[in-house]
This record gives sequence, C-alpha cells and structure tokens, in this order.
Amino acid sequence: MADEPTTPEEPKADVPGREIGGEDSSAQQPDAGLQATAPGTAEAKAPLVTGRERQGMFNISGSGDTSGFGGLKLPAYSPAPAERPYGGWFDELADDLAAAMATREIPAEAVQQVTVDRGEITFYVAGEHLLELCRALRDEPALRFELCSSVSGVDYGVDVPQRLHSVYHLTSMTYRRRIRLEVAIDWPAAEGAPSTVPTVQSVVEVYPTADWHEREAYDMFGIVYEGHPALTRILMPDDWDGYPQRKDYPLGGIPVEYKGAEIPPPDQRRSYS
Amino acid sequence: MTTGNNLSDATTGTDTSPEGSDSRSEAFPAPERETTEGKVYTVTGGDWDDVLEDASNDERIIINLGPQHPSTHGVLRLVLELEGETVTQARSVIGYLHTGIEKNTEYRTWTQGVTFVTRMDYLAPLSNEAAYCLAVEKLLGVEAPRRAQVLRVILLEINRISSHLVALATGGMELGALTAMTSGFREREEALHLLEHLTGLRMNHAFIRPGGLAQDFPADYEVKIKEFLQVMNKRLPDYDKLLTGQPIWRNRLKDVGYLPVDACLALGITGPVLRSAGLAWDLRKVEPYLGYEEYDFEVPTDTAADSFARYLLRLEEMHQSLRIINQALKKLEPGPVMVEDQKIAWPAKLSIGSDGMGNSLEHVRKIMGQSMESLIHHFKLVTEGFQVPAGQVYVPVESPRGELGYHVVSDGGTRPMRVHVREPSFVNLQAMPAMSEGGMIADVIAAVASLDPVMGGCDR
Repeated sequence: MADEPTTPEEPKADVPGREIGGEDSSAQQPDAGLQATAPGTAEAKAPLVTGRERQGMFNISGSGDTSGFGGLKLPAYSPAPAERPYGGWFDELADDLAAAMATREIPAEAVQQVTVDRGEITFYVAGEHLLELCRALRDEPALRFELCSSVSGVDYGVDVPQRLHSVYHLTSMTYRRRIRLEVAIDWPAAEGAPSTVPTVQSVVEVYPTADWHEREAYDMFGIVYEGHPALTRILMPDDWDGYPQRKDYPLGGIPVEYKGAEIPPPDQRRSYS
Repeated sequence: MTTGNNLSDATTGTDTSPEGSDSRSEAFPAPERETTEGKVYTVTGGDWDDVLEDASNDERIIINLGPQHPSTHGVLRLVLELEGETVTQARSVIGYLHTGIEKNTEYRTWTQGVTFVTRMDYLAPLSNEAAYCLAVEKLLGVEAPRRAQVLRVILLEINRISSHLVALATGGMELGALTAMTSGFREREEALHLLEHLTGLRMNHAFIRPGGLAQDFPADYEVKIKEFLQVMNKRLPDYDKLLTGQPIWRNRLKDVGYLPVDACLALGITGPVLRSAGLAWDLRKVEPYLGYEEYDFEVPTDTAADSFARYLLRLEEMHQSLRIINQALKKLEPGPVMVEDQKIAWPAKLSIGSDGMGNSLEHVRKIMGQSMESLIHHFKLVTEGFQVPAGQVYVPVESPRGELGYHVVSDGGTRPMRVHVREPSFVNLQAMPAMSEGGMIADVIAAVASLDPVMGGCDR
C-alpha cells in the first residue's frame, strides 16, 4: 500500500471507527470486526499451544515412584481467547483496529485470536498480514503505536505444533498504551509445503528499530524475517552452527567438582519443572 | 654471495639494473649537478594540490575502531568508512560480550534468574533485578510489600546516580577530559560503598528477589544514606563548575550526535537521548511502577538533541534522583520486605556468618532440630523452586539508559520458558550511524559516549 492514498482516506477511516467505539457499538460492529475474534468462525483451527504436557508430581520418570502421583496429568497450556467486553481501553482499541483493518483491506482473519491476560492484550496475528497490520497500527490516528519496544522470539518446545513464535511489543506514546502482537509460525511446515525454514514478514520497513531485534531473533531462533535489509547474525559469530536459544540446542557446560561432590552441568541436573 | 656485480644487490635488494636505477621519471625530474662534495640531486615532488586530489578521489579508508579500544565505551567494534577525517559510513559490530544469560535463565529456578539478570547491564544491575522481579511478580499475581517497594526505589535511584556518574566519567575519558573521569569514578565509589553497605555487594547484588527483597536494610541505613545525600549534594555542583562552562567540553559536545525526536522514535531510542530531543518520556512518570507516582520529581528535557544536552540531562537527573531518595526515606515505615506467601518467600531470614551470607542460625537450628516440615519446605523451595502460572508479561522500567523491558514467558513450571530482555543499550546503539555519519571521526566517540551503551547489557 503506497503512502499517498492512505493520508486523504484517514478522515473517512476515522469516522466509522469512532461510531463503532461509541454507544450501541456492539450492534453496529462491522462483520469484519467480530468475526476476527469470535470463536467458531475460523474453520476449526487447532488451539494455540504454548507449553508442554506434564506428567506426575515432579515431572520425572523412572524413579520407581509409588506415591500414586505419577498418574497425574496436566495438559499443555493454551492461552484462552478473550470474549467481549475485554475491559478498559481494550474494546476501544480492538474496534479501532477492526475499523482500520476494514479501510486498509486487511482481511479480518489476520487477527486469529485475542487474549487478555494479566492486564495485557495480545493479538495473535497471521504472519502474512503482519506488516500491513503494523503499518495500520502505526499510522492510524486512532491507534498511533509509534514505538516498537521489542521483538522477541519464543520457542515453546520441540513437541509443540507451532513451536516458534515471534512476539512484538508496540507502544503508543500518544495514548500511553501497550499491546502485544504474536505470530505463531507454521513451522515445521506440513508435508509438501515449500518452506522448510520458519519465516515471518519483517517489520523493519515500518519500524526501523526492529532491525537489530529481528537479527537477534534470527540469530537465536533461526526465524527468517523476509524483507529484512540485512538479516545476519548479530550476537553469535557469523559462522556459528545452530540457533542457540532453541529448546533443542543444548546449554552446554561441564561437570564441576565442589566440596568433593561432582555437580553436573545445569541442563543435566534434575529438573522439577 | 649472489651473482650480481653490485654489493647493493645482495644487501638491500635494490634493483640496480639500468632500468631500475633510473627512477627519475618524466614527471618529477631530479636534476643533478657536480659539486665539490660529490654529485647532488635536486629532488622536487608533485604539486600539493595533485597529491590532495589523488588522496581524496578514491582513497576511502575503512578503519576498525575496537573492539579493544579505550574510546569505544566497552567491547564495541565500530567499522568506519572515512574520507579524510569525515565518516561516510559507520556500522557497529556487537556480540563480543554475549554470555547467553537469557538461555541460562531457562535452566534455573525463577529466584536464581535474578543472579543472572543482574550481571547483564553491570552499571544498572538493580534496574535489571527490579524489572525481572516485577515481571515475575506480575506473572505470579503478587505485589511486594510497601516497605520493599520504597527500598527498591531507594536502591534504583542510588543506582541511577552511580550509572550516570560512570557515563560522565567514561564519556569524559573518551574525550580526553581525565579530570571528569577521576571525579566521576570518585563519586561513583561513594554510591557503590553505600550499595555495598545496604545490599552486601558493590555490584551484581541479587538483592531484589521475586516477592520483595533478600533482606531488610541494615540498622544504620538512614545515617549512611543521609551522609551520601550530603556528599552528593555538595559534589554534584562541582561538575557544573568543572565541565558545563568549559569551552573545550562544550565545543566537543555541542551539535554533535544530533538525533531529533522522529529519528528517536523510528529507531526506538528511549531514555536521556529521547528526552534530549524534547519528548518528556520517562516511564517513572508515564507508566509509574513501584509507587513512583507518589514522588515529586521533574523529568528534565532539552530540545538541542545533541551530546551536550544529554550531558546536562544526566547531571540534572542525578539531582532529581537525590530528591527521590530524600522523599523515600520519609516514606519508610517498618514492615515486612517479602511477601507473606511462604510458598514464594525464601523460608529463612538471611544473616552474615563467618563464611559469608547464609541462612540465619536460628533457622538452621529450627529446620535441623525441631521441624521436619520446615526442613522439607525449605529443601523443596530451594531445590525445586516455586511454580509460576503459565502466561506471558512485558514489564518495562526506566533504567538509566532508557526503557528496560522484560518479556517473561512461563509455561507453568518452576523455570522460565523464556526471558527476553529489551535492553536499552542494544536498541540505542542502532542510532550510532544516524548520529555520526557525515561528521568527523572524533565526533563518533562523543556520539557513542552520549548514547552510553553498556556492552554487558547490549550483548547479554
């Protein structure tokens, strides 16, 4: 989307946005606004998984535990979708975002899920619309997220279906708001899919500050940001093998003798997590 | 020897063949004449303008400044493309101090994480501890008791003063103002002595813990802090006398490292650099945490957006920090410094023994002699740690260098799933090319010094 057409359209875009946020707003929701978040409209999408299943009391096995707690099973954590009203300024923001998406012709499916947790709002967004969403969030007068505070990769573990996430923390200095965008990357891709590396759109074009953040996420997690001007390693040496912060990358370390006993390296100690 | 006829062939390797010996080219003839002393040549060079033209045409020099260079503010490598003394392109290379702290925290309990994060930005360890603990507390849904919050504020502000003093000292040293360096480090030593008295360590305190503090301040904390306030109130004005009006200092810093507000926002720059461009964005004011809204202090700003403005702001921020400490002292009331929840709070009161700090003797006596349950509880909390409900939070605080944000993810275990640090040094360093390209090479040093990156935090 070129820059010129958006500027004159802004007043127009603004008016429906205000109406939605105003009184009797829920009745006047454009279809795009509600479908984005309403559960059930998306075609039976698997829920996001951000964690792993746990078994037993201490999550250890082979210890001959006869306490009966070994049969304990805890499902993997999955962030619950929020339902309207979200509370506080979240509703106004979501309405404004929906209006902005409608005027900028970003499909409503771009926002896959909204989660409100611990006073923070998270938009789980589709990777292919990330850049346009960021542009809308930055440029729309009702949104104005001028500052991209942070971009970070998260690896939720080897067994998680969409294990790599790219997380963006945006700050609106005008309205003093913070939101989080999260892209769950479809990787490892299903069989037959062309892409074998985790890829996300780069947002450097919209937020130049994301340059080093994305390089760091690439360096540590191997997330390839498409459209990044120079995606190279930043903290590790250029010829490094592997992506150190992935969960299947070992921490390393050697056993250390301390007061006569041998202490194993941290990743080989017994974990109760 | 060699087969050549001339001695010079063997000794110096000079080409004495007829072609080689005739080095006098057409362009620069060196006429010779016979004198009583022997043969004398009159050597003339080319025109100086021709030399300059040759040098400036395609003679670009690329120099590596650092990573081991006293003027690059740490193990930072600057790759500068120069034309003469003008920097045409500048790039920074980082990562020399990468220690994998974020990864390491994933293999320790939530409490042990403090010990790691305090070692990142070693000039502002308490900011890191506070931000990390605030993030863990937000995930847990607990809040530190009031006394712990006020004590945290005191620690953070002492830390801010010591950090700004180092910024001033190293920045001065890099520009050749060695008196700024010696005075800056002298005052910083006062701050570190005080921190040592309050927390037990000069740096890397691991004093702020999820849920509160490791322990209360020592009994004579008030006297010591007041002494510190007195000393600083007396000495801080000296910097104005020493540097602010000094012509060399002004000339080196004024209009150097210019970065306006829009560039700051695009590049994500926060902290004194953003405030020097005129935007009063200080998280202590705009998104107060730890009860900062109760304190009366100013957020100094400037509109010059240059290195000199940043120097002035840091100086003024130190005065404001002294004000905050003074008010915090009056707010202190007796009370706990750790949450009541015994599933989070470390089970013992720590005390200093002959072998350093550890569990107090009464506690050891109790768990070893009287209460098996206490022993089990202690053992489980220390080895296993506490579980943190699944979810993610982002907690920003205003560190001396800008927005220090902790993105902490938990999957419900006793160890973090992910701890990502939005380090202001890391982000701010991206502005180095924008601030220094087109200027002189000496100004690169002043610009980087005004960003005040700490490489331990930048590379993590």
